[in-house]
Amino acid sequence: MTAVLDISDLAVTFSTRDGLVKAVDGVTLSVARGEVLGLVGESGSGKSVTGLAVLGLIDAPGRIAAGSIRFQGRELVGLSEAELRKLRGRHVAMIFQDPMTTLNPVLRVDTQMIEAIQAHEKVSDKAARDRAAQALTKVGIPSPQERLNSYPHQFSGGMRQRVAIAIALLHGPAVLVADEPTTALDVTIQAQILAEVQQLCSEMGTALIWITHDLAVVAGLADRIAVMYAGRIVEEGPVDAVLDAPRHPYTAGLIGSVPSRNRRGERLAQIPGMTPSLARLPEGCSFGPRCPRVQADCRVAQPSPTEGAGGRRWRCVHPVVDEPVPA
Amino acid sequence: MTAPIVTIEGVSKRFVKKVDLAGRIANVMGAGLSDQVVRAVDGVDLAIMPGEVVGLVGESGCGKSTLGRMVAGIMPPTEGRIRYRGEDVATMAAGRRKEADLAIQMIFQDPMASLNPRMRVEEIVGEAPVVHGLVSAAGRRDYVAETLTRVGLDPAVMGRFPHQFSGGQRARIGIARALAVKPKVLVCDEAVAALDVSIQAQVLNLFMDLRRDLDLTYLFVSHDLGVVEHIADRVAVMYLGRIVELAPAEAVFARPMHPYTQALLEEVPRLDARKRAFSALKGEIPSPLDPPEGCHFHPRCRLALSACRNGRPPLVTVGEGHTTACKVTPAMLSARVA
Repeated sequence: MTAVLDISDLAVTFSTRDGLVKAVDGVTLSVARGEVLGLVGESGSGKSVTGLAVLGLIDAPGRIAAGSIRFQGRELVGLSEAELRKLRGRHVAMIFQDPMTTLNPVLRVDTQMIEAIQAHEKVSDKAARDRAAQALTKVGIPSPQERLNSYPHQFSGGMRQRVAIAIALLHGPAVLVADEPTTALDVTIQAQILAEVQQLCSEMGTALIWITHDLAVVAGLADRIAVMYAGRIVEEGPVDAVLDAPRHPYTAGLIGSVPSRNRRGERLAQIPGMTPSLARLPEGCSFGPRCPRVQADCRVAQPSPTEGAGGRRWRCVHPVVDEPVPA
Repeated sequence: MTAPIVTIEGVSKRFVKKVDLAGRIANVMGAGLSDQVVRAVDGVDLAIMPGEVVGLVGESGCGKSTLGRMVAGIMPPTEGRIRYRGEDVATMAAGRRKEADLAIQMIFQDPMASLNPRMRVEEIVGEAPVVHGLVSAAGRRDYVAETLTRVGLDPAVMGRFPHQFSGGQRARIGIARALAVKPKVLVCDEAVAALDVSIQAQVLNLFMDLRRDLDLTYLFVSHDLGVVEHIADRVAVMYLGRIVELAPAEAVFARPMHPYTQALLEEVPRLDARKRAFSALKGEIPSPLDPPEGCHFHPRCRLALSACRNGRPPLVTVGEGHTTACKVTPAMLSARVA
């Protein structure tokens, strides 16, 4: 499989009062056509910043300090704003957690969708409107012709997220970045949206990067999973391999933290402490101070990636080997 | 048999939006506008036994938080009674009422919205026990230190303000404040929903330790079925203001009887369900302003019969401590047995 999107050694820094903060530090990732990659991490791990960088949406005081992002072989880092605009929305699209980030509250849905279509293609208003209606039908919005005349506030939360998804998919993008789009939704609505996205991506061959803190959603949706901690990808690989036999102690800790049927009433395997501030990262491995397997050599240097069988990678000096997490 | 510590009897809560001045003028001209009534909670019965954890689950707008607030005494019910140790809270003598109010404490979802940003932790946690005479003003410092230690915070932080803490620590401060008045029952309203998974696990473990050490009873309100499955002894599922299923936790998750519970459980993403096809329950939750007739769930239900449109389905017993408000599934069950 050839990669549609290839990120290598990406570093994004923000200059703050506390000094230069590396929100993303040496991230290497790729996604192939039709593949679903789950990018998992807790607040402040750099997962959203990675997603924004793909769209060229890092604004001052942040900047891409190093690395490259290649889309179908073409380098995106360093492109002018005009060139990025031609790509964004057409070839690379994004869905945000809050659909109101995408939607303009004072414009009707048809105005916004027609604008999005005509930004990239010369088509008549009538033809654009018809396409907008088709797009709404595809994401499961009933009576789309009437709904096009509505304002965003006239939709429920789940419906609004569908409109945002319809807009993101208008041009059949090759890469779709979804940043926690179902986190604020109820389970039944979340399942409806996951079903729509799953179907649309398989129909159109869109490569999907699904950013979330919820391991369970990724388990059900993704082909591969990448776990981020303090700006770095600490583990990456096929979903089954990573979830059944995690190598990095942080991944193992995350899996142990998820409440589930089999551990009813037992204590959850909690990870002690909390995520470190990116401005004051510990020496050596960032996870060291919270890690149950930490040894003296962990504090020497940031562990470099180890390649394993089946396309797995992890950054750990003392990985979990023969201890699969209790199911 | 032990008596329930909290009994909810036929409790309803209605919120009324009155016709405004413009509407009343329009009515003079014959517009025929009437008051809008939302039945947030609609005739709920539930008995909570001492020492048990009851999980209350449902989606946004199903009335679970409103019910939790009524139990905690923050809101009076429009109809029905809430009893603490058998006595109606609304008609108690003042002294007994205060005792009941202190015995049932609430923990909120967003600690930043429920902790006063201008107060130091020592005041936040220590104010209520001093006011209620549980501890003298001179003994406040020591008492707060002890309470903070219990929830896993360093007593040295009591001079700080809420904004100086992380989300997980703020959740602990909220718990410490509730514990400071020595409650018997904690109502937790989405208490772990805003936390990262690893921090959520820490707080859930804390809840379980406190339950063991202090003999607490919990009403655990949450939309997260995974969390409820983990912590609850019994689970009540709500849909549009009504309890549609009530059963021991194992039974709800192993043999859900109400079609809504079944659908809800199918949708929950699980670690062990890989690369699955997500299916979709049809439609969205109807507006509580105008709920469907009969069983509220029938327009979305795959098993709905014409009988479901008429009359509220009563809760019927389908197993040991297992009741469900469905007219269809219990009949299917007995047909299978026979």
